Amino acid sequence: MEIVGSRRKSLLPPAGNAAPTIPLYRSAPELEVRLEDFELYAVHRLRVLKGISDALSRGKKPNEMENVVKELLKVHMSHPEASQVMNKDIISHFVLRLVYCREEELRKWFLSMETTLFRYRFLLETSEAQIALMAEFDLPYKTITNAEYENVKDKLNKVARSMNSSADTIYYKVITNFLSSLLSSSFILLRKVQVPFEKVPDLVARREVFIMKGYAYVPRNQVLSLLVTHYRSNLSKALVLTNRKWTSMIREQEKDRLTPIVEALSTSYLGPDYSQPKDFGEISLRDIDQIARSSFPLCMRYLFEKLKEDHHLKHGGRMQLGLFLKGVGLKLDDALAFWKSEFSKKVGAERFDKEYAYGIRHNYGKEGKRTDYTPYSCQKIISSTPGVGDHHGCPYRHLREENLRAALNNMGVANRALEDVMDKVRNKHYQLACTLTFEAVHGASCDQGINHPNQYYSDSKTILESRNNSKGT
Amino acid sequence: MAREEAEDTREDMVIDGVEEGHKPNYEVPDGFNSDYLMIYYGKFFPYAEMHKWMSYGNDGKHPGCDQSYFGRREFSFTLENDIYVRFQSFNDVADLENAIKKKCPFKIDIGPVYSVDPAKRNAYAQSGGNVFRPVERELVFDIDISDYDDVRFCCKGADVCSECWPLMTVAIKIIDTALREDFGFNHILWVYSGRRGVHCWVCDGKARRLDDGQRAAIVNYLHVHKGNEHSIKKVTLVGQTFHPFIGRSAEVVKEFFEEKFVSSQNLFSDEDRYEKILEMIPDESITSELRGKWQDKKRSRDDINVVRWGQLKHLLQSGKQKMLGVRRCVEEIMFTFTYPRLDLEVSKHMNHLLKAPFCIHPKTGRVCVPIDPKHCEDFDPSSAPTLSRLLEELNMGALGNGGEEVLENTSLGKSLRYFRSSFLHPLLKSCKEDIENAYAAKVQQSSNSLSW
Ligand SMILES: [Zn+2]
Repeated sequence: MEIVGSRRKSLLPPAGNAAPTIPLYRSAPELEVRLEDFELYAVHRLRVLKGISDALSRGKKPNEMENVVKELLKVHMSHPEASQVMNKDIISHFVLRLVYCREEELRKWFLSMETTLFRYRFLLETSEAQIALMAEFDLPYKTITNAEYENVKDKLNKVARSMNSSADTIYYKVITNFLSSLLSSSFILLRKVQVPFEKVPDLVARREVFIMKGYAYVPRNQVLSLLVTHYRSNLSKALVLTNRKWTSMIREQEKDRLTPIVEALSTSYLGPDYSQPKDFGEISLRDIDQIARSSFPLCMRYLFEKLKEDHHLKHGGRMQLGLFLKGVGLKLDDALAFWKSEFSKKVGAERFDKEYAYGIRHNYGKEGKRTDYTPYSCQKIISSTPGVGDHHGCPYRHLREENLRAALNNMGVANRALEDVMDKVRNKHYQLACTLTFEAVHGASCDQGINHPNQYYSDSKTILESRNNSKGT
Repeated sequence: MAREEAEDTREDMVIDGVEEGHKPNYEVPDGFNSDYLMIYYGKFFPYAEMHKWMSYGNDGKHPGCDQSYFGRREFSFTLENDIYVRFQSFNDVADLENAIKKKCPFKIDIGPVYSVDPAKRNAYAQSGGNVFRPVERELVFDIDISDYDDVRFCCKGADVCSECWPLMTVAIKIIDTALREDFGFNHILWVYSGRRGVHCWVCDGKARRLDDGQRAAIVNYLHVHKGNEHSIKKVTLVGQTFHPFIGRSAEVVKEFFEEKFVSSQNLFSDEDRYEKILEMIPDESITSELRGKWQDKKRSRDDINVVRWGQLKHLLQSGKQKMLGVRRCVEEIMFTFTYPRLDLEVSKHMNHLLKAPFCIHPKTGRVCVPIDPKHCEDFDPSSAPTLSRLLEELNMGALGNGGEEVLENTSLGKSLRYFRSSFLHPLLKSCKEDIENAYAAKVQQSSNSLSW
């Protein structure tokens, strides 16, 4: 893959009359990619993968997952130019390979999400496209002839009927994936695929296929589980190779260009995009003190109070709080006024304009690369390493116990609730500690947990506004 | 180890029992000791065949042969004093023979073929990574009669008699047929474990290269016992029909259970035994009806076990019984008693060791001889060759002056002939073809590079 400055060129032929299909990402494409697209596409794909991960952890059923994936693809993976959709798909996949190849945990997550994505994309295809895709895998499977089929038909029917029964059968453990919905009818299909049995361990183990002389007779629909297995193992091997290339070559070669992007992407927050305030519009300077008390998470409230106390924050604190405020809807002018009112008490207005205003405009994408920076996620904040005099970071992780207890007391968290929070802290479950704090402060439950300071804020506003509304009526 | 027996017999051992003025005394007392064993390893143990087998054709001249293959196989020895020496490896047949003769192991186990010479594994370990790992291993099965203790009443533990040994025969028939018919394996060796069970070695190339997950899949396919030790019924069969494998196995199980086992184990003659069977039936009305019938102790000319099993079957399968679960109880009972019980862990992992064929079991002194699955019902463990018998034959001059075919005339001869002609020769023939084909394919193959 060639990464270029700002030109764009499509080297892929137009899709032609073939049905849109799923790339198998066999090798990195000969494509030129703009640096911006490199990052942007990757972020878009990450949102798809994160969406899948969320849906799975919420226990979505296979048929619901199909819709989830369809929707995620529509929202994030579309492109204004139809000819670019496939390119975007391929590029984003290969960029994320770079991002996620570098650690075992990252590889596992990526592998699992990409495999799930593949599975549901396959199901969303027409059956013609499915057959075409199966052929593309070039696996040692062959379709059996009708004569062969006639020979084993009785046996195949027996296998099907042996599974088609009540729930506590020893043959047919209830399958938790999409296959369960297809199994009962799928054996009627005439076309069978004959597969060396070593490729279908699960189906064999559960006696869900007929096997003869080392071949399993697998209905077409069940072949998907084989494709998925195959896809997964190819990708798994490729990730290991990518990692090798990354450490031996790419990281150094690209240290000024791709490496910082890749490294930033892996710690980047994968949830909803809080860079643009969405739900509650803007906040005004007048209300900010009151809102900080009612709806800021501890990390932001702590920075806010330190700023009021010291009239200064070091760089890490300015970034963490500044981007958060941008995310909750503080406009650039207000942000400048806000920071200036505090800083000028210590360094004077002139020095603020000269040394600090640039950074704030920069956060809003008005200076430098004009990138619209994204507010930090919990993950990023927790993994930061505040030094002496820094106040940023995650208080549950970075504050000393007595200071944390005092800060929590200050928020009104005490007694039993406080001990519960401290218990999570001791077990290093910082986000759970924050979630418990949220629940104690708001007297309401927070089922999905806290993943992002701006999510804490918006969840808080939702609760407070619904209370105000119900008071009003 | 049978140390005590061994001490007792050592003094009496006679090898050249010819003394002037006496009739020759060829008798060798039963038993097992290192002196006997030394002679066995000196005169009887089939080194060449074992080496041929474990080389899988790689000891040939063809450029596709992997000359390091045999040397990467793990052997482990259990020595006389119970010292267990793992990760032995040998360059060639002479090396193997010398080591066995020198160390005289009471037991020889065979492990996997590793990625590197297992004897040098420590040297490789220092280079880090996963260099030392198993890469090939026969698919093996271990079936032990002592795992049937809850369903046999003639013997317990390591004991075995002609009433319960047929359970092993049933196991061989069912597993062997499945391995050949379903999985398409051809090179399968069944071996008497020397005491209370049988071992199975599946040696086809594709069996040797199965990964642990695939091994587990095959084992689970063959495995139907799901109950724990607290549940009496160990098998549950549901579904409108049987999977073809279960259906085929059910025929073997039924024939054996009804024609032999129900009588030989007296399954219905006393209350304790038949109560266990009745507990497997989920329908109270049926069990109380049967109990009522069986109170009457009047003598009959027919075998009471057969009669009562017939009554049970009739009630469970009569037209009144609409519930599939009740009708299936008949098969479930038969499977619980007689379907093969596999030692799952042995089969699931590449790096499990298994005793080599042609070892001598220290407790019985019997040679672990191959069993022909086609005639497995003819195999009688009590007539398997013993160490002392072989030594007698040696004393009687069965080996003549040495030479190639000398073992033919001993009680080991039949086993060796079977091993060579029915197992080893066909195996080596197909190994040769595999090596040639793989080599041709490799030469032809163009390299596929993967990029990121
Ligand atoms: Zn017995």
